[in-house]
Amino acid sequence: MKIRNNALAGIALLATATLGLAACGSGSATPAATAGATSSAAAAVSGEITVYNAQHESMTKAWAEEFTKETGVKVTLRQGKDSEMSNQIIQEGDKSPADVFITENSPAMTQVENAGLFADLTDEVKKQVPEEYRPSTNKWTGVAARSTVFVYNKEKLTEDKLPKSLADLANPDWKGRWGASPSGADFQAIVSAYLELKGEAETVKWLTAMKENFKGYQGNGAVMKAVNAGEIEGGVIYHYYYFGDQAKTGENSKNIASHYFKNQDPGAFVSISGGGVLNSSKNKAAAEAFLAFITGKKGQELLQTGKDFEYTVGSDVPSNEKLTPLADLEAPTVDASKLNSKKVTELMTKAGLL
Amino acid sequence: MAGKGNSPRPPLVVALLATVLALFALIPLGYVVYMTAVTGWETSIELVFRPKVGELLTNTLLLIVIVVPATLVMGVGSAWLVERTTLRGHKVWAVLLAAPLAIPAFVNSYSWVSAIPSLEGVWSGSLIAVLSYFPLVYIPAAATLTRLDPAIEQSAGALGLGPWRVFFRVVLPQLRLAITGGGLLVGLHLLAEYGAFAMIRFETFTTAIMQQYASTFNGTAGNMLASVLVFFCLILLVLEARSRGTARYARIGSGAQAKPYRLALGRYQVPGQMAVTALVAVSLALPLWFVLRWIIAGGAEIWDLDELLPALLQTLGLGLAGALAATVVAFPMAYLAVRHPGWFTKSLELSNYVTSSMPGIVVGLAFVTVAINVMPDLYQTTGLLVAAYVLLFIPRALVNLRAGLAQAPKELDEAAQALGKSPFMAFVRVTLRLSAPAAAGGAALVFLAVVTELTATLLLSPNGTTTLATSFWNKSSEIDYAGAAPYALLMILLSAPMTYLLFQQSKKAAGQ
Repeated sequence: MKIRNNALAGIALLATATLGLAACGSGSATPAATAGATSSAAAAVSGEITVYNAQHESMTKAWAEEFTKETGVKVTLRQGKDSEMSNQIIQEGDKSPADVFITENSPAMTQVENAGLFADLTDEVKKQVPEEYRPSTNKWTGVAARSTVFVYNKEKLTEDKLPKSLADLANPDWKGRWGASPSGADFQAIVSAYLELKGEAETVKWLTAMKENFKGYQGNGAVMKAVNAGEIEGGVIYHYYYFGDQAKTGENSKNIASHYFKNQDPGAFVSISGGGVLNSSKNKAAAEAFLAFITGKKGQELLQTGKDFEYTVGSDVPSNEKLTPLADLEAPTVDASKLNSKKVTELMTKAGLL
Repeated sequence: MAGKGNSPRPPLVVALLATVLALFALIPLGYVVYMTAVTGWETSIELVFRPKVGELLTNTLLLIVIVVPATLVMGVGSAWLVERTTLRGHKVWAVLLAAPLAIPAFVNSYSWVSAIPSLEGVWSGSLIAVLSYFPLVYIPAAATLTRLDPAIEQSAGALGLGPWRVFFRVVLPQLRLAITGGGLLVGLHLLAEYGAFAMIRFETFTTAIMQQYASTFNGTAGNMLASVLVFFCLILLVLEARSRGTARYARIGSGAQAKPYRLALGRYQVPGQMAVTALVAVSLALPLWFVLRWIIAGGAEIWDLDELLPALLQTLGLGLAGALAATVVAFPMAYLAVRHPGWFTKSLELSNYVTSSMPGIVVGLAFVTVAINVMPDLYQTTGLLVAAYVLLFIPRALVNLRAGLAQAPKELDEAAQALGKSPFMAFVRVTLRLSAPAAAGGAALVFLAVVTELTATLLLSPNGTTTLATSFWNKSSEIDYAGAAPYALLMILLSAPMTYLLFQQSKKAAGQ
């Protein structure tokens, strides 16, 4: 019996070893997070970087591919959402595998900045991006911009019936007629602008009324699709969904028109998409080069000619000509580094929107 | 030696290994309990007892109350039609009714949204859930029905019961295990499903946790929702255990049992045909049709091999690693359960059972948090993701392996040793070999589950890893339905043979 027990012990050990091997084997199939490349401050960069990307996958992929072509630096993307990744980076702390963080909106950048995890911007980036598109602290930079818009169904609403301000949508006569995607960082950025411009009491009031009035969707694309289908008359989303769909099949936007609130209304908020280099990066030179690349001429041209239709912010590259120029949008002035994402999530959770 | 062979005491190493694995399995449950404890009473109450949670509660309960009975009626009804009546073409229908299992619920939802864009709310959610999950009841019910001893029904008939009353008083009670087991599976799937419901904006606890995750990573509000969700899973487990009953359903006595007879449908043939045709049309043909429609509409442009190929290969790799790991881990447990049954092995199995009832999102959250804080070296590794798959899907491997090992009695092993094989070789040549087909069957089922797993994969996948499920999800969330279609098609193609295998196995294992 003893002998048999030993044999079984052998089997058990073998089993554990196989399991370990299986795990290691498939683990090595994917590239290690960072290679710990030894590039110094020299101009030539090498090795690889990991980008935590909350921006459109297609856009950052285009940037990464071109950057790899120019420098040979391998870029690994992890795809996620703004606040998910900012919180993730904060929890990972010094051990974060991320070298660069790119978002769709500013609040998540501010959150990471406040945790003291961003390195200072390089002079090259500061030269390329005008001051209005980066926080005064220079811990991160704008890489693109997007404007809030009220999309509406042309058959259900006429111009004279449109809301004059985002605040109007809280009125009882808008009950059940409009939609949004409250779980998205986009909408949460709009709320953070509302909070910054109107204060907490007003924001809570607006959110409570919104909970009564609106229909919730998962994602801005779903909101536009619902407006297009006439399920709701209008929706609060960002400007580029319409243009993106028009460039593809146009099937989900054929009944859509865009209404910009303008007049410095909270609903005219222009959100800055941010990019920053993590202090903990093991390949800072390459990470900084990547950020300089996307805010540089080539990177911004990719944005201008690509299918994402976001506004350009750097190197004097004009935005896609189909877009209403940024200067005409009469956006309110909001300091990006003051946008408080944590407070917004709290208020929205309290209002029952999350 | 012979006397010692019957000792209930399991080999120490195997027992230790099994214990470690069982403890490991309790991480998700421990996480939820710990998080609730550190959050503090006041905050917990504030986050659990709020109107939003009330909405989620209503939605989730409604879903369970509508869907579970509906799947039971449809699953048992169709199984009875196919196995116990003279329904024409019942051999083909038998397979077609199991086939919807190869279509992941979120792909089903995607097809229905393509067909009717305005689908939303609890009824739409219920519709999609019923169509996706009724095979979970149909398969065990059909398997049991083919093995029922007709003598009991004949006696009931002889004692004056009509066919309907025979069905309700004799046949249905014998289906009890299939019904409670299938019902539990459906309930757990309902609690854990994310993609299918998110797509039609129907909010359940799982979709709300995912929303909180997108806004806060592993924030407190999300954790509290996870606690409530886990509570629900445990309630379902208890309910199922209670309703299982203690009655015996096995035939006692000598002689072979006769083949179940089939009830002549007569003038009900046409309505019967119409019923199964309709069911197969909406649960199988419709989703397939809309996936193909998007494939055609998308043209060549959607076949971006640079994206598709890595997703396919990584899915295959993860599926194989998950299947292999789950089988290897399940082996000591199955071995103990078969050769050394007792309270110890029972409690080990229970811990696995409880863990596998946890939704992927809870296991994902638990592993992310524990890895970041306690095991940074494992964070974002394939190993951790595979470990999560093992926890989620180990019963699929376990159930099969146990059946396989039971058919490899240890006397054969001893005989081989007596004939001169070393104990190790005897074990490999006899026990391992005899249980290999069962192990392969279990592994295939784990593979099937991994291929379509979404939530844990989204949270735990290493940087740069995409799977068919995550790519499909990302594309369809961006309303790029055409771009998502190839991923849907590949998932269905990978799942189809596994579903067939499951169907075949259920027929064999029904007596267990």
